[in-house]
Amino acid sequence: MKRAALLLLLLAACRQEMDEMPRHEFYEPSDHFANGMSARPPVPGTVARGDDLSPVPDEIPGPVTRAMLDRGQERYDIYCAPCHGIDGRGHGMVVQRGFPQPPSYFDPRLVAAPDRHFYDVITGGYGAMYSYAARVTPADRWAITAYIRALQFAQSVPVSALPEDMRAALETER
Amino acid sequence: MPQIFPEAANGIARLVLWAALVAVLGLVALSVLLPRSDMFTGQDRILAQPVPFSHQHHAGGLGIDCRYCHAAVEQSAFAGMPPTETCMTCHSQLWTRAEMLDPVRQSLATGTPLRWNRVHDLADYVYFNHGAHVSNGVGCTTCHGAVDEMPLMRQAAPLTMEWCLDCHRDPAPNLRPPEAVFATDWRRGSEAEQAALMGRYDIHPETMTDCNVCHR
Repeated sequence: MKRAALLLLLLAACRQEMDEMPRHEFYEPSDHFANGMSARPPVPGTVARGDDLSPVPDEIPGPVTRAMLDRGQERYDIYCAPCHGIDGRGHGMVVQRGFPQPPSYFDPRLVAAPDRHFYDVITGGYGAMYSYAARVTPADRWAITAYIRALQFAQSVPVSALPEDMRAALETER
Repeated sequence: MPQIFPEAANGIARLVLWAALVAVLGLVALSVLLPRSDMFTGQDRILAQPVPFSHQHHAGGLGIDCRYCHAAVEQSAFAGMPPTETCMTCHSQLWTRAEMLDPVRQSLATGTPLRWNRVHDLADYVYFNHGAHVSNGVGCTTCHGAVDEMPLMRQAAPLTMEWCLDCHRDPAPNLRPPEAVFATDWRRGSEAEQAALMGRYDIHPETMTDCNVCHR
């Protein structure tokens, strides 16, 4: 009897209860709520602490810096390029696989559109495009807008207007 | 008086002694090898998922950035899974009748999240901050393997304490510049570059093996 108890004790020690503690990890399911989640989604209209509640400006706020354009390019390549293409003409990889083609940023309508238009489309979606509000922060939406403006500008500059060294580089690449 | 044991007993006694030695050594070897085996660590394990999502197709073939879906990965302490809306960003238009994607459409229609099974699951007594690794130069493929080549997600690393400590003792070879963290084709830099990255991220291995770094 004693030996059996000892053996049981030894076997019991093999269970790693600390491995799985009685608490909810991220995304762990729970029976407490109807949709099976342990986490509660925030009530609609919830504002995060520190959120900027001032009205959205119509133009890119503040000066457009090199850092902002770099950030915009990085975010654009992640979230926009799959459809809009890295050049903005709307031939991204997902479009090549059958997604409805978005308009080119060089469409006169979009060249003339205010900055706020791009911000609003990222925030709320447009046509077949879903909202990217959950994935792209307001500051990043402006950075992407600035980068789209840079893309548009790059297509409107005549080669003769380029500085000497850039024109030389362009000529050799061609 | 006749002998109690026949002559063959000598051989049996030797055999028993040797067998006992082999058994002890075998047990020691097993106790060292078993906890490190795939069976215990789960390395290379593929878990069944509600939808057989292919990173090879999405990240490798289409070239979609990791952050397109794992959007909070740069800030969040937990890597995060994309909500169903993220899948439907494209699949509201593509493969809209595919049977394989039925659970995704169901999830969106009913507001019930998909129940993915965690491939990389650390023990609950491990404090792990995913964002701290991503923002300090540890790239995706360093721990998760060549995800862009995986048709089904598998656990690439053993995720043992030994494995964690290997890197915590000597993180330099696994550090990348920030712009390369999400690259799938990153190659290790020279020793000078590695040393520069240690300085850039201000990393001090002498405190990175303290117990309370991971157990708090």
